Amino acid sequence: MTVKEVVEKMGLTVFSGEKGLDKEVLGGYTSDLLSDVMGHAKEGQIWVSLQTHKNVMAVAGLKDLAAIVLVKGLKPEEDTIAVSNEEGVPVLGTTEQCFEFTGKLYALINN
Amino acid sequence: MVIPFRGDLHNHTFLSPCGDIEMTPRFIINTAKERGYTIIGISDHNSTRQCEEIYHLGQEEGVLVLCGSEICTKEEVHCLAFVDGFYKLGQLQEYLTKYLPPIPNIPDKFGYQFWVNREEEIVGEEEFLLISALEQSIDEVEKFVHSLGGIFIPAHIDKSKYSVLSQLGFIPFDLEVDSLEVSKRCDLQSFVAENKYLTRYNYIHSSDAHYPEDFAKTACDFYLESLSFSEIKKALRGEDGRYVKIL
Repeated sequence: MTVKEVVEKMGLTVFSGEKGLDKEVLGGYTSDLLSDVMGHAKEGQIWVSLQTHKNVMAVAGLKDLAAIVLVKGLKPEEDTIAVSNEEGVPVLGTTEQCFEFTGKLYALINN
Repeated sequence: MVIPFRGDLHNHTFLSPCGDIEMTPRFIINTAKERGYTIIGISDHNSTRQCEEIYHLGQEEGVLVLCGSEICTKEEVHCLAFVDGFYKLGQLQEYLTKYLPPIPNIPDKFGYQFWVNREEEIVGEEEFLLISALEQSIDEVEKFVHSLGGIFIPAHIDKSKYSVLSQLGFIPFDLEVDSLEVSKRCDLQSFVAENKYLTRYNYIHSSDAHYPEDFAKTACDFYLESLSFSEIKKALRGEDGRYVKIL
């Protein structure tokens, strides 16, 4: 499944990084601690978080993540969008909270 | 010529919900003086309201009190912020009040949030929970503190909770810090050796005292020409021959 298909099936907002929408999604990781994501997320995962700081982009790039989903209607900061567009790592958004969204994403990816 | 002044910039008082009832103005200044500290930072969580009384008491006893707060940013990164003079302290307090979420404190669960005078009489109470995160990013807090000419120091960066490294993975490259703080038990040399990009920063270590038994037991020597806010800021930044030595 590609990031684009996840966007369509989950009704997500695409804030930035459209270049990366064709990337393959290999799983998901939910965490708000960037140090934890650096240590434990795996390549190709979609990262679900409420952190909007531009450091999320550096971590996503470092770990080769497929995309980032911001929950609860949160929006990325401007410099986050700029890095996302440069690196082609999509920043997506949902109005759902972390628990609900992660549950639905898990079901989608594992079916 | 620079001479050393002993200091510890990170101390909580009774005002912090987690601060011990004995962390009063008189205790702090008397103990600092007894142990040869001439610089004491007062950094309660998201509030500056206990600073002024301790500052005045410090003036009488020859201890320079740096007035400020340990601010919790929206990423839940703890940062020390200090400003010079009561006008700017008022501006810092207004900023904290504006962006602290209005979540009422429950003293039975979190602890009391009173500030006191030198006679240890209660002067006021912070109504909202001080250990919440401010609705401001670390970058916004840094810019605001520096707009007041203040000192901005990410706190206990070696810790796995509430530190810039735990919350944001690494220090944002464009974040203007005056120094970085490590906790009192941190082996700074090996910490920096494991994180090579951190060698370009200046460091302090502090007690982060919440209890009397931890107070004035962790020190840095500030090498200054005279005892003032601006000299301390230069030492933190390593400017004009001023510097900080971790003891």
